[in-house]
Formats: sequence, structure tokens, C-alpha cells
Amino acid sequence: MEIKKAAVAGTMESSDVYVEIQPADGVTVEIQSVVAQQFGEDIDRVVREVLSDHGVTGAKVSLNDKGAVECVIRARVETAIRRGEGGDAQ
Amino acid sequence: MNNSKVVSSIKEAVKLAGVKDGMTISFHHHLRNGDYVLNMVLEAIAELGIKDLNVNASSVFDTHEPLIGHIKNHVVTGLEADYIGGVVGRAISHGVLEKPVVFRTHGGRPADIELGRSPIDVAFVAAPTSDTMGNCSGKYGKSACGSLGYAFADAMFAKKVVVITDNLVPYPLADFSISEAYVDYVVPVESIGNPAGIVSGTTKITRDPVGLVMAQYAAKVIEHSGLLKDGMSFQTGAGGASLAAAKYLKDIMLEKGIKGSYGLGGITSYMVDMLQAGCFEALLDVQCFDLGAVESIRTNPRHREVTAAHYASPAVRSSAVDSLDVVILGATQIDTDFNVNVHTDSNGYIMGGSGGHSDTAAGAKLAMIIAPLTRARLSIVVDHVLTVSTPGSTIDVLVTQRGIAVNPKRQELKERLQQAGLPIVEIEELKRIAEQLTGTPKPIHLGDRVVANVLYRDGSLLDTIKSVD
Amino acid sequence: MRRSMLFMPGNNAGMLLNADILGADAVILDLEDAVSPAEKDAARILVRNAIQTLHYQCEVCVRINSIDTAFWKQDLDAILPLKPSLIMPPKISTAQDVLTVDAYMTELEDKLGMERNTVKLIPLIETALGVENAFAIASSSPRVAAMLLGGEDLTADLQCKRTKEGNEIFYSRSRIVVAARAAGIDCYDTPFTDVNDDEGLRADAAFAKSLGFTGKSSISPRHVASINEIFSPTQADIEYAEEVMETIRIAKEQGKGVVSLRGKMIDAPIVTRARQVLEMAEAMGVRIHE
Repeated sequence: MEIKKAAVAGTMESSDVYVEIQPADGVTVEIQSVVAQQFGEDIDRVVREVLSDHGVTGAKVSLNDKGAVECVIRARVETAIRRGEGGDAQ
Repeated sequence: MNNSKVVSSIKEAVKLAGVKDGMTISFHHHLRNGDYVLNMVLEAIAELGIKDLNVNASSVFDTHEPLIGHIKNHVVTGLEADYIGGVVGRAISHGVLEKPVVFRTHGGRPADIELGRSPIDVAFVAAPTSDTMGNCSGKYGKSACGSLGYAFADAMFAKKVVVITDNLVPYPLADFSISEAYVDYVVPVESIGNPAGIVSGTTKITRDPVGLVMAQYAAKVIEHSGLLKDGMSFQTGAGGASLAAAKYLKDIMLEKGIKGSYGLGGITSYMVDMLQAGCFEALLDVQCFDLGAVESIRTNPRHREVTAAHYASPAVRSSAVDSLDVVILGATQIDTDFNVNVHTDSNGYIMGGSGGHSDTAAGAKLAMIIAPLTRARLSIVVDHVLTVSTPGSTIDVLVTQRGIAVNPKRQELKERLQQAGLPIVEIEELKRIAEQLTGTPKPIHLGDRVVANVLYRDGSLLDTIKSVD
Repeated sequence: MRRSMLFMPGNNAGMLLNADILGADAVILDLEDAVSPAEKDAARILVRNAIQTLHYQCEVCVRINSIDTAFWKQDLDAILPLKPSLIMPPKISTAQDVLTVDAYMTELEDKLGMERNTVKLIPLIETALGVENAFAIASSSPRVAAMLLGGEDLTADLQCKRTKEGNEIFYSRSRIVVAARAAGIDCYDTPFTDVNDDEGLRADAAFAKSLGFTGKSSISPRHVASINEIFSPTQADIEYAEEVMETIRIAKEQGKGVVSLRGKMIDAPIVTRARQVLEMAEAMGVRIHE
């Protein structure tokens, strides 16, 4: 999937994560998290995994994480990807 | 003999009391986050060029942020407290103070003051009402805060005592708390605090459904603990879930017609409601949390002010925590040995303190922690707490929304609760359930410097707190 | 068997984490009214992931968007593979509405290699036409396991005011119960919407129970405990049911045809009711005295 436009997903509420995605060459992931020390690397790995699962090879992704668990991070990143590539989410 | 102790300004009182470099001055925290007095006194002292003071405050709140500046300027070089809020706590964790902070408990503080282990040169007592000779009270005045429980040890054992009030009344104030016998100077000021920060209008029961589930479990634990009978004594925190537990407990007590003996501690209007409904014979009040409590302590003779020593000191003949049946407490972390942390947050920053946590846990027959199993992707249950605030040997039960863990040394209690159909699980299992949800956190990095020593109520060193880089 | 069904907004990450510990026998994860049109995609993905990974300790139902929207098939595409117990299609007015959803679910089940009818339906009846067609809806497909009455939308359709007393939905409630029971399925009552009126809730739930509803839905976790209590068989109910079964057993042993208990003849309906009470008690984990 190709990211064609900037998109956002998620919220800034506790236990959620706010994800911004935009077209870019290559993948960069920026993470701001209340649990950066404990889960920063883990979040980075999960975001890249979701991108790769959706065949995204070019995107700049920024996360503002309020302590979301992994399945929530995956959901918000997937939503942002689907919104960014302009198609309908499954 | 002088028939008035009134002096014109705080600066004047500081000079008369003889505050000098290197001395220890003290404060109490009944004005909580509305307090102006600590800041006003330190400002006066700084202006007088006095340095190197040791500040012993029963608690430090975010409103005391200017303290950080006084530390940087070496006006203050030592700090002792039972609780330090997040703003000053963060600065301490970053190492602003060279000497480690001394954390005590609400019972340990008056014990150490009385035993001379923590001598005070000059005590500054914020008083919502005082007469010209220093008979003072927290029950009256525009800045009324109710009980002055924590200030008694300071007043009784400091070498000099300065009362600061914004409601000076003619001698004598008949319904005094602290007597003129201890007071050297009285300073009238425009305002000692911001009423909005001193007491809440009303403390509110949580509306968070998870908090209510935990509160219901907590009430059921008490119901089936074997302690719910006539004469039961009870303390609970002012947190939303703890208050909700008190409400559910009240319903159970009324339904079963049980008359308890006393409610203890920081008092809220929910405890006042319980008193009025006949759930207790008396309230023993070391601190009021809301206007309902202030009104009650002023008007109801069965609602009594107690000193911090009477509340929780291990150094007096007996204190109220010794007779306590049940206490409900919070936690930022609890480990699989039931040790509790209420001093530091998940990143190691200071943002609290024992207060009466370890005192009541030590005294109560049933010490119950109530906390959500996870907060912002972190398990409340960990292998080792970052800071031991209260030893696990004094904690009996952990209540979470996904199960209740009982300390293995309380086998009989565990069986009672199991028979009552409560969801009893091992504490290790709670950690497993939490980490199934959150994942396994990487350990955090802390600095090497000790920024605080945590003293247990008997004065022994319980733990140290490391800096955060 | 469920006493309480609790609606939870589908796009709220924090609430989904603890959806299963609020005491409800079933949670209804909502993709419809609780989610704004712009967030339909987000909620669908979030609910999908939540069901997949959170190991809910209670029964899970998902309210999808109605068949007159562009979303309902995508909802099913995402949710059905996770085999929730129930799918709740809203605004069901005719048997054909059910068959439309049913057919698509069957198509998906076949495609996924799932056994047909793995996931059941609980149509939400919230139109005047739906009430009039209640029996046809209830008996339209073996997939229909229960019906839920939606009082808010219904009263709008009836052009009357929704009141706390609920006289305006009395006919509809009775009609739903009769239709559900005639078709041999469960039926659930509409939520009581005043979150702060516990007395009102209890009265409303007790009334619903007296009409024959299996249980009641709720939009507030604070209502769940009362609903569970009211829809659970009482200890007296259970004891009486046990006595009935024991009397029947003895009568059979002694070859007696007609028996009575407490001066009342025990006939077939009494035995059936006793059996239902005991089944319910067992399903709820209500303690039965030996």
C-alpha cells in the first residue's frame, strides 16, 4: 500500500494513541510516550510491523502515546494507513 | 508581662524568633495546596539573607514550587517531609538538593520530634483563627481547614513557635486547638491561603465504573473479613474509589444494623455521613478534606480533632492506629511480596509519600490496597517496587478489578473470602494477567545518587530513592 | 443465558480494556450510534483487535451499522471471523432484513470455512414496523437467538414521547415478549436511560421481568448489578423449584399420577417453570443449597 496523503487516527485520551502518518521516502517512526522507557522499543517494532504487514515502504509516522496497549496501537496505526492510502478500511 | 504576642510582620517574627543560618524550621500542611504560609515565610527569610535552612514540613504540595528556587539559592539546603507532590518531587529527583530528603510517616514525624531525633528550632503554624496570645484553631475563619492535628508536635516541641493567622480575634479564643502555652509570637496577615485549594467544596465518589467495581469488592472483603461487627473501626483515603468503598460499606452496615466505634484519619464528608447515620460512635480527625468535614468538626462533639501523635505515633503510650480494624489504602505499585510504593511514579520521580500509609497498615487488623490492575500500560503489580513505602508484611489484601490477592500469611482470611465467593487469585497471577495485557516492561534507568531516604515509622531506614537523570 | 447486556462505545480504547469486568453477562461493543460517521473505520478496527487479543471473560455481542448504510458489510467482514457470540443488526423491521444479514453472514462463514450459524443474531427492534413484524423476525432464521427492544428510536417512530414510566412502549414490550416466546427465543428489554436514578431503574427492570423478558440491556455500568439481581431467580424461587422437582421425583417412584405441593396441584407448566428456574440458577452460578 502506498501512503498518498497525510492522515491521523486515534485520540489523546488515556490508554489510547494519536497517530499521524504522511507520505515519505523510506520509513521513519517518531514516538512520544508516557511509557517510553518501558515500551519505546516495543512500540517502534509494532509500528514497523503493521506498516510492513500493509506493504507500506514509504511513510513518516508520529505517535503520541498515552499508554495504549499493543492491540490499540496496531488498530490506530492500521486506521491511519488505510486513511492515508485513501481507500476504505476493512 | 506582655499581654500581646502580636508582631507586625513575618519578617519581624523571623527576627524575633532568632532564625539563623543552619537552623531547622517547620510547617504543617492542613492548608494543603492552598497554603501561602510556607512560601511567605521562606520569602521573608530569603530577604533577610538567612541561608542553609533545614525545612521540616509535614507535607509539600505543588503550590510550594517557590521552594525549588530557595533550594537553588541555598536558602534551603535540607528538606524533611511525609509527602512531596509531583512538582517539587520532580526537582528533587533531578537532584536539585545536595542532601537527601528525609521522608517520614505521619506517625514517625511526631515521634522523632518528641524524642529529639528531629529537633525544630522555629515552628511556623498557619492558623485560620488565633487570639492575640496564640490560642489558635483551624475550625473558624475564612481559611478554615478543620483539624490542626499535624501542627501539635511542632508547637509543643519547637524552641520557638510563630502562629500566622488571617483571622485575629480578641483573647481568649475559647475553642482553641493549640494552646497559648506553646506560642511565642502571633503574626496577622492578609491571607494564609487560597480557600479553593485548602479544602474541596465536596469530595466526590468516583464515577469511573472500574473504580466502582473495585470499591464493591473492597466493601465485600470487609463484610466477609470477620471484622464487620459492632465496634468496628475504619479508615479510608480520600481517593474516589476509596470513598466509594466507604459508601458501599455504609450501605452494608446500615442494612445489617452494625454500629462501629470510630472512623479515623483524614476525614471527608462521606465519613461524616457515616457518623450521622450511626455507623460510628466518633470520628477521630487529624485532617479535614472537605467543607462537610470542617463543618462537622466545628459543630459535632463526637467528631474530635486528634494530634498526629495520637493518630499514629509509635512513640506514645498508644495511638488510634493501634486499635484500627480496617484501613483502605492506595498504591502506585505493589510487588509480589505485597510491599507498596506510594513515593515514586513509574519513571522513578518523587510524587507522593507515606503520609499515614505505613502507620495505618502497621496498626490495622485488615490493611487493604485498592488499585486498578493497570494504569497507562503498566501493571500495578511488579516483581520489585521502585520504592518500599510500606512493608509487605503489614499489607493483607490487594483489591483490583480483575481479582483480589490475599497475603499468604493470612491464610484464614483467604479462606473466608473464598467461601464468600469473592474472586481470590494469587498476586503472581494478577501480575501475569496484567502483563498479558500490557506486555513485559523494560526496567527503567535510575541515577546513582540517593536523593531521599525513606524512614519507617520507628525511625529505621526502609529504603532510598535514587535520582532520575 | 443473560440477565444483563451492557452497551460499550466501540471507539473508546480505555473502556474496551475493562469492558468485561463490569458485571454484565454480555457486552455489546457498539459500532453504530456510539461512533461518529468519521470514526466508523477506526472503531471497526479497534473492536476487531480488542476481541482478538483481550480474552474477554464475558459473552461478546457486536452492534453493527444498519443495512441501509454503507458500513454493515465491512463491519461483518472485520468482526465475523472472530466469532463473537452475537451480532446485533439495528433497525430490523422485517424478516427480509434479517435474511439479508443472515445471507451475508452465511457467505462469509462459507468463505472462511466456518460452520454455518456459528455466530447468532440478536435483531434490534426499534421501529413500529419491526414491532408489528416481531414474530416473523423472531422466526425468520435459526440464526436468530434473541431480540432486543430499542425504546428510544421506537418512540421517535411512534411519534410519542419517551417517558420514565414507559406506558408508551407497554404494547411493544408485550408484543416482543410474546413474539420471542412464540418463536422459542430470548428477549431483552430496552435500556433505562437515567444513569442517576437507581430506584427508577429497579422499578423498570422489575416490570420488564414481570412481562417475561429474559434480561435487560443497559447503557451504564452502574445499572448492571441491579439488573443482574432482579433477573436472577431468588433463593425462594430456587428452593420452591427444587421442592417441585423432588415432589415429582417421589411421585414418579410411587407411581402417582397427580401430586400437589403446598396445597397446589403440580401441573406441567409448574414443572416447566421449575426446570427453567433451576437451569437459570445454574447458568448464573447462583449457589444452590444442598
